[in-house]
Amino acid sequence: MSEALARASAYLPVLLEGVWVTIAVTVLSLLVSTVLGLFWAILGWTKVPAFRAISRTFITVIRGIPIIVQLFYIYFVMPDIGINMTAFQAGVIGMGIAYSAYQAENFRAGIEAIDRGQIEAAQSIGMSDSLIMRRVILPQAFRIALPPYGNTMIMMLKDSSLVSTITVAELTRQGQLIAASTFDNMTVFTLVAIIYLIMALPLTYLARQLERRYKKT
Amino acid sequence: MISVRDIHKSYGSAEVIRGISFDVEPGEVVCIIGPSGSGKSTILRCINGLETYQKGDILIDGTRVDPEDKSIKAIRQRVSMVFQRFNLFPHRTAIENVMEGPVYVMGMPRAKARELAASYLDKVGLGDKMDSYPDNLSGGQQQRVAIARALAMQPEAILFDEPTSALDPELVGDVLGVMRQVAEEGMTMVVVTHEMGFAREVADRVLFLEGGVIVEQGPAGEVLRNPQELRTQSFLKRVLNPL
Ligand SMILES: Nc1ncnc2c1ncn2[C@@H]1O[C@H](COP(=O)(O)OP(=O)(O)OP(=O)(O)O)[C@@H](O)[C@H]1O
Ligand SMILES: [Mg+2]
Repeated sequence: MSEALARASAYLPVLLEGVWVTIAVTVLSLLVSTVLGLFWAILGWTKVPAFRAISRTFITVIRGIPIIVQLFYIYFVMPDIGINMTAFQAGVIGMGIAYSAYQAENFRAGIEAIDRGQIEAAQSIGMSDSLIMRRVILPQAFRIALPPYGNTMIMMLKDSSLVSTITVAELTRQGQLIAASTFDNMTVFTLVAIIYLIMALPLTYLARQLERRYKKT
Repeated sequence: MISVRDIHKSYGSAEVIRGISFDVEPGEVVCIIGPSGSGKSTILRCINGLETYQKGDILIDGTRVDPEDKSIKAIRQRVSMVFQRFNLFPHRTAIENVMEGPVYVMGMPRAKARELAASYLDKVGLGDKMDSYPDNLSGGQQQRVAIARALAMQPEAILFDEPTSALDPELVGDVLGVMRQVAEEGMTMVVVTHEMGFAREVADRVLFLEGGVIVEQGPAGEVLRNPQELRTQSFLKRVLNPL
């Protein structure tokens, strides 16, 4: 047992390097997916049929393709058309785009949950569509979208392990590398699992708080 | 100032407004009464540009109400609306609800808008509830905030769509009291209501709608006390003696 602990503490520094990359990928792709998701949701809400069609098509396509395949596509296919990215950039953009479809659905649900009377009241005091979006719909939609957003953060943290498949040296990838050279699968992946769990715990707590805070109204 | 001329409106194949014309003069209070489904809300919503209409014209001091046109925003600043279900913004306090239009639509400085909003909330008797959220207000209080919100746009006319129908009976009086006060100060008002007492005492004119047409109209006293049309008579009998 103490021998296992000794080995674990030897692996830990390398794994912690991976932790930082995991956190970076998660936070950055969360950002990308949120902004992009909001964009799709608003595009789908406008009255312009072409915009709505674009939004709907994008979401359908992205949701229908496995995230791993999307990552491969961005990292391995894009260079063929002259777009070169580091593995890290490709990972963030790929995860961001993939998750933007889910974020968009979440935001859309939030927007659609808002009573029509709210929009009419805003119109009746002379607000423009963009003002209504900014002052009336989005603030209320955010409240509705926040609890599921907490869950999306947890999903993204775990799914960030997918970018290991395009050589991004995050936690899972570091674990694989150590395991491949030491054959100490048991210790390495137990450690990796525990580290993910530790990172997920505060997010789970946050998600619960959001749910408690915003679900009731 | 409001001129409704031969309006027709259909939902699909169902024509719900079948040629309605009336004028509202500045300072006049017009009550619209009629059975459920007769098109009362629809006509108000057309005047506010919340619904399109297929035929006819609605003019606000000569400007045509066209929901699809940019001019609609300016028209809505001149003609406000109060809804049956209040439709306050739940994420903003009472005073923020009232300030919203002056600040974001009229571009008034916040401090000035706050002052204005406070004075209107005082006027509707809610000076002590300025920082309450709608959820923490009774229906009657919410509706009075909604009236303050409409007033804060300093409109030339206000449309009321059954403003007391969603209220518990004991809260109706406060709201009607505020509306009466607003009327006495000279506001042009079009009020859809089932409150016959209010119509009798406050309205200058009453329109009786049924099946998407005006069946009878005239001075409030005459239409309500001495209706000429059979359909008006039977409607009034039903509202005044529900059992
Ligand atoms: N969005 C809609 N789609 C289809 N039909 C509608 C729509 N809104 C209203 N109608 C129909 O139009 C008619 C007039 O409705 P309106 O709401 O104007 O009646 P009302 O006189 O206000 O009735 P109430 O006293 O119940 O509020 C009704 O037959 C209603 O079913
Ligand atoms: Mg109605």
